Amino acid sequence: MKALVLRRAVNVAVTVACGAMVVFAVAPLGSLLWLVVSKGVAGLSLSFFTALPTPVGEPGGGVGNAILGTAMLVGLACLVGLPLGIGAGVFLAERGDGPFGRAVRFTAEVFSGVPSIVIGIVAYGIVVVAMRRFSMIAGALALALLMVPTLARSTEELVRLVPGTLREASLALGVPAWKTSLRVVLRTAAGGILTAVLLAIARAAGETAPLLFTSLNNQYWNVRPDQPTASLTVQIFNYAISPYEDWHQKAWSAALVLLLLVGSLNLLARLALRRSAAGGRA
Amino acid sequence: MNGPIKLRVERLQARFGDHHVLRDVTLEVPASSVMAVIGPSGCGKSTFLRCLNRMHELVPGASSEGGVYLDGEDLYRRGVDPVLLRRRVGMVFQRPNPFPTMSIRDNVAAGLKLNGFRGRLDDVVERCLRQAALWDEVKDRLRAPATSLSGGQQQRLCIARALAVEPEVLLMDEPASALDPVATAKIEELMHELKERYTIVIVTHNMQQAARVSDRTAFFYMGELVEAGATEKIFTNPTEQRTEDYVTGKFG
Amino acid sequence: MTTAHTDKAYDRELQELRDKLLAMGGKIEAAIAGSVRSITERDPELARRIKSADAEVNRLEVEIDDACRRLLALRQPAASDLRFITTALKIVTDLERMGDLAVNVADRALDLHQAPPLGPLHDLTSLAEAAEAQLAKALDAFVQRDAARAEEVIRGDELLDALYLKIFNELLALMMEDSRAIRRATALMFAAKHLERFGDHAINVAEMVVYMVRGTDVRHPRSRLAP
Repeated sequence: MKALVLRRAVNVAVTVACGAMVVFAVAPLGSLLWLVVSKGVAGLSLSFFTALPTPVGEPGGGVGNAILGTAMLVGLACLVGLPLGIGAGVFLAERGDGPFGRAVRFTAEVFSGVPSIVIGIVAYGIVVVAMRRFSMIAGALALALLMVPTLARSTEELVRLVPGTLREASLALGVPAWKTSLRVVLRTAAGGILTAVLLAIARAAGETAPLLFTSLNNQYWNVRPDQPTASLTVQIFNYAISPYEDWHQKAWSAALVLLLLVGSLNLLARLALRRSAAGGRA
Repeated sequence: MNGPIKLRVERLQARFGDHHVLRDVTLEVPASSVMAVIGPSGCGKSTFLRCLNRMHELVPGASSEGGVYLDGEDLYRRGVDPVLLRRRVGMVFQRPNPFPTMSIRDNVAAGLKLNGFRGRLDDVVERCLRQAALWDEVKDRLRAPATSLSGGQQQRLCIARALAVEPEVLLMDEPASALDPVATAKIEELMHELKERYTIVIVTHNMQQAARVSDRTAFFYMGELVEAGATEKIFTNPTEQRTEDYVTGKFG
Repeated sequence: MTTAHTDKAYDRELQELRDKLLAMGGKIEAAIAGSVRSITERDPELARRIKSADAEVNRLEVEIDDACRRLLALRQPAASDLRFITTALKIVTDLERMGDLAVNVADRALDLHQAPPLGPLHDLTSLAEAAEAQLAKALDAFVQRDAARAEEVIRGDELLDALYLKIFNELLALMMEDSRAIRRATALMFAAKHLERFGDHAINVAEMVVYMVRGTDVRHPRSRLAP
C-alpha cells in the first residue's frame, strides 16, 4: 500500500516537472511572438505590403519589393534545391550503401553544419565574382546550398522508413526498379517529404547572412535574376541597425510580415497534407 | 492434373554470399494445379519460391545456378528480362502489402498503370476483384483507401492486384499466416477456384493447410528437396523417413 | 517407433491405445481357449464365466473407439500415425466380433452339457488351437509392425478351412448313422463354424496390419499378398 502511494507521488511530481519544462520551452517562443505582434501590428497597413520603401522621415512606404524578392529568391532556390536534395536522398536510401554513397552522406552531413554566412561567402566566390555583380541568382544559389544537405538527409530517412514489403510488392508486379523508387516508394514517403520541404523553405525564407553579399538589396522592384534583389530578411536587418525610430517600427512590422508569410505557408501545406492523408489513409 | 508441365526446376542452387541455402533442387509443377512447399523453418522454401520469379537475386550478395523452365523456356537464360518475367510469374506475400497511398481501385490497377497500360481499367479492376472473391464486399467503395480493409480483405486485394497483370503462375509465400481462420478459409477456397486458370505454388508452414489445398506437395529440409509427390501420398504413406517424421510431428 | 513425437502427450496417447488393443486381444484369446475347454471338459461353470467376461471386452471396444475418435479430432494424425489409428478402428470391430463368437461357443457348451457326450473331440480342439494361434500371430504382427508375419496369418486360413471341413464331414456322417446324435452333432457343428469364423476375423486383423505397415490395402482377393 505504501509502495502505491509512493508511486503515485512520484508520478505526480514527474508530471508537474514535465509540465514546467514545457512552459519554460514554450514561454520564450510565446513571448517572442507576442513581442513581434504587439510591436509590429502598429505599422501594418495594406500599403505596407505593396509599397516601395521610402527614405527616412517620409511617411508611408512598405516592403512590397522585399516580399516579392523573398518569394522569388526562395522560388529559384527551390527550383535547384528540391530536385537535388530529394534526388540525393532517394539515391542514398536506395543505393547509398557503397563507398560513393558513404562519401555523399558524409559531404551532406558536413555541409549541414556549415554556418550560413560561410555558405554565403562560397556563393559570393562562385557566382558574384564570376558575374561581376550581385544578383538574385547568387542569392538563390546560396539558399539552395543551405537547403540541399538537410533535405537530402531527411528524405533518406523517410525513404528508408517505407517498408521493404512495398518495394517487393511493386517489383513482383513486374515494375522496373527505377519506377518503383519514383512512383511507389517516393509517393508513399511524400507526406513526410512535404514536411521536410516546408521546413527547408521556412529556413531559406528566414536566412539573412547568405543574402548579405549575394543578392545584396534593392530599393526598387526587381524581377531580373541578374540584378540585386530586395528580401525581407535583409530589409529587416537594414531597418533594425539604423538609428531611426520610424525605421525601427518598420523593422518590427516587416518581421511580423515574414512570420505571417512563413506561418501561413506552413498552415496551407498542413491542410493540403491532411486532405491528401485523408484520401490515402483513414 | 497429370497434364502438361508448367514449371520445371532443374538442379537449382541458391546462395546468400557463401551460405549455400538450396542444393540441387529438381522439381516439376503441372499446369492448373496447386503445389504446396512445406518444411521446417530455415529449410529454404521461401528462397526457392523467390528463385521462381527471380526476386532472389535482388538481395545483395545473393546468387543462384541451375535452370527454371516456364513452358520449356529457361528463365535464367541470358537475355531474359526479369521485369517482364515477373509479369508472367506473380507473387503474393505473407503480410498483406497494399499500397497505402492508393485507393482499392488504384491498388488493383497499380500493376497495369505503372506499366503503361492504356485500356479500360475499370473492367479489369472488376474482373480481378471478382476473381479474388472480393468484388461484392468492396464494389460500393472502390475509391476508399486500401488500408481501410480488414487483413483478410487486404490479402485478397493483393491477390487481385497480382492477377491484374495476367500472370500464368501465382507464387504465394505463406499467404494466410497473418490471417484469422475464417479469412484463411476464404483464401484457401479462392485457391481452389484460381487453379483452373493459373498454376499455383504455395509455401506454407501449416501442414494441414498444405493437405487441404494442394494437389502435390514438396517437402524441403535443410536446403534439399527430400520428397515431392501427390499430396495424398505424402500425408498417408510417404516414401522418405524424414518426410514421415516431419509430417507426423517428430520434428520441426 | 524410431523417434518420438515432439509432443510427448501424443506419444503417450498412442501407446495407451496400443496397450488397450493388446489387452482386448489377450482377453479374447483367453475367452476362445476357455470356451472350447468348456465343451471338451464339459464345464458349464467355465462357460458361464466366459459369457459374463464378454462385458469387459465390449467395454474395451467402446473405450478404444472413443480414444481413436479423440486422436483424430485433436491430433490431425498423418502418415503412419493415421494408418495406425484407422487400423485400430477397424481391428476393434473384428476383435469384438471374435469375443461374441467365443460367447457363442460357450453357449454351445451349455447346450451340449444337457446330454451325454458324443465322443472324442480331438479335431475340435485342434481347430480351436489353430484359431487361437491365428489371433495370437496377428496381434504379434500388429505389435511388431511385421507385415511378413501378418501375411503368414493370411495364408494360414487354408489350414483352418481344411480342419473345419473335416469336422463337418465327420459330424455329417455321424448324423446319418445315428439320428439320436443329430441334436448334439448340430451343436458341435455350430461350434466348429464359430471357430472357423473366428479364424476369418483374424485374417481381417492381419490384412489391416499389412496396410498399417506398408500403406497398401490388401483386402480384396484380387490384390492378396502384396508384391
